[in-house]
Amino acid sequence: MSLTDTGANASVSVDKGAFRSGPAGLSLFGRRLWARLSAVLLGLSFPAALLALWWVGAARGWLPPQILPSPALVWQTFTELWADGSLAEHTAVSIRRVAVGFAAGAGLGLIFGALCGLFPGFRAYAYPPVQAIARVNVLAWMPLLALFVGIDEPLKYVVIAWSASIPVIIGTVRGIAETPERLNELGEVFGFRPQDRLRLIVLPSALPSIFTGLREGLANAWQTLVLAELFASFEGLGYLMTWGRQLFQLDLVLISMVVVSLLGLSLDTVLKWLERRAQPWNAGGRNG
Amino acid sequence: MADISLPRRLPERRAALISFGLIVLIWIAARQFDLVDRRFLPSPLEILERLRYELTQGTILGDIGATLWRNLIGFGIGAGAGLALGAALGLLRGFAAVIGPTVVAQRQTALFAWVPLLAMWFGGNDTGKIAFIAVAAFQPVVINTWQGFAQVPQTCRELSEALLFRRRDYIRLVALPAALPAIFTGLHGGLIYAWLATVGSELFLNIAPGLGGRLSEGSQLFHIDLLFLTILIFALIGLAYNSLAERTETLLVKWKRP
Repeated sequence: MSLTDTGANASVSVDKGAFRSGPAGLSLFGRRLWARLSAVLLGLSFPAALLALWWVGAARGWLPPQILPSPALVWQTFTELWADGSLAEHTAVSIRRVAVGFAAGAGLGLIFGALCGLFPGFRAYAYPPVQAIARVNVLAWMPLLALFVGIDEPLKYVVIAWSASIPVIIGTVRGIAETPERLNELGEVFGFRPQDRLRLIVLPSALPSIFTGLREGLANAWQTLVLAELFASFEGLGYLMTWGRQLFQLDLVLISMVVVSLLGLSLDTVLKWLERRAQPWNAGGRNG
Repeated sequence: MADISLPRRLPERRAALISFGLIVLIWIAARQFDLVDRRFLPSPLEILERLRYELTQGTILGDIGATLWRNLIGFGIGAGAGLALGAALGLLRGFAAVIGPTVVAQRQTALFAWVPLLAMWFGGNDTGKIAFIAVAAFQPVVINTWQGFAQVPQTCRELSEALLFRRRDYIRLVALPAALPAIFTGLHGGLIYAWLATVGSELFLNIAPGLGGRLSEGSQLFHIDLLFLTILIFALIGLAYNSLAERTETLLVKWKRP
């Protein structure tokens, strides 16, 4: 029951067929460029229209600034936060939390997942309780964990690691379990030693699934960071939002939302790139 | 999702039961022999006692009711909007070209990052909570509905063109049945997100009757039995939603393949 497990891979691309009819007399390349360009322009037209509406609405005073501050004010706040370094500071705190939590969660998840995948006996006993715990979102465990580890940094690390580890465990177990039987038999025929079989057969065939788990784990870590920082925090991007809300400064809230989204997006992009680099034989990426 | 279920094969199921049994034994032993601070770990009996107390003199039923009420209203609004927008995106190409990229982009926002913004727009009471639940339910529904309608097989489209179907008949007889499985996937996701968002909104926004409020109460007043009980109820309702959605989807698949 993680935040990203349903429809996470559901990306919908703009149907380019609708714009194939560019100006007549263009080369194929030119027509393709035209199609791409018009798709981008059409896609940008809606946010641009919203921005224009926002601009005009703020200038005309349609809405009180507590509900929607003017774009100019948001930009001004952004430059101020940027200049005095506080935005960078909060961002650094958030990134550190995600990095530590994700590293711990992914590491433990990989170890546990590999143990479950490689030793069916261990899996039979150890996997079901972990699955049961994983079915309850970390959000509900957070008030309980707060009693055990307090509400400071350890709580953030624990909940982020927790939520990051679940897809990693599932991906690793599934990846190893789905190693084609034929390849295992091939390894036996070749008389591979166990470590060779692991390196040459199990690992390459499990890697795509493991990477999907890692990517979902990072997405979970990022989602949970916001949760943890909303729950109790005195620094970080989630705190900046809460603080902005308490001060009735919507500009602060909007800026931190945008930073959170952009960082989440770039983390995912980096991991997708790594995924392709790590599996050159699977250039398209099984999960695209 | 499918991976998280009790193993079907008998030996594995026995192993799982042994393992759960061991955990409960260790739990009881830990309490019996005072291996852990009893403030941190209630015994199973204490949780049952708490449940009995809550049912007879407490407010837990009212809390569950309040939470479910918010949840269903928020889900209804969010899923309804998601269905409408998703269908429009899937059926109208020009519309999808203009609005689609924005819909995809807004998914990048971490779900809970909406809480402060919506709280400022709608306040921290029921309106704000329901708005957040609606946003949570909206996201998976809109994406999957859009996909479902956009990916009607080419052959079906051509057939309905050859049969000179009117637009309305194409939607009713071709597009909707083809999109239905994807729509249900979206609704399933929306149900789970909305449930999460419901308890989250109760934790982060104004305290009001509800399960999230009981969670904070248990945490802040150190009522560990209440905390465990509430987590258990949260989990059970989540499971119930999940199996409800799965059953509906299975029925649907059966209906699709006569």
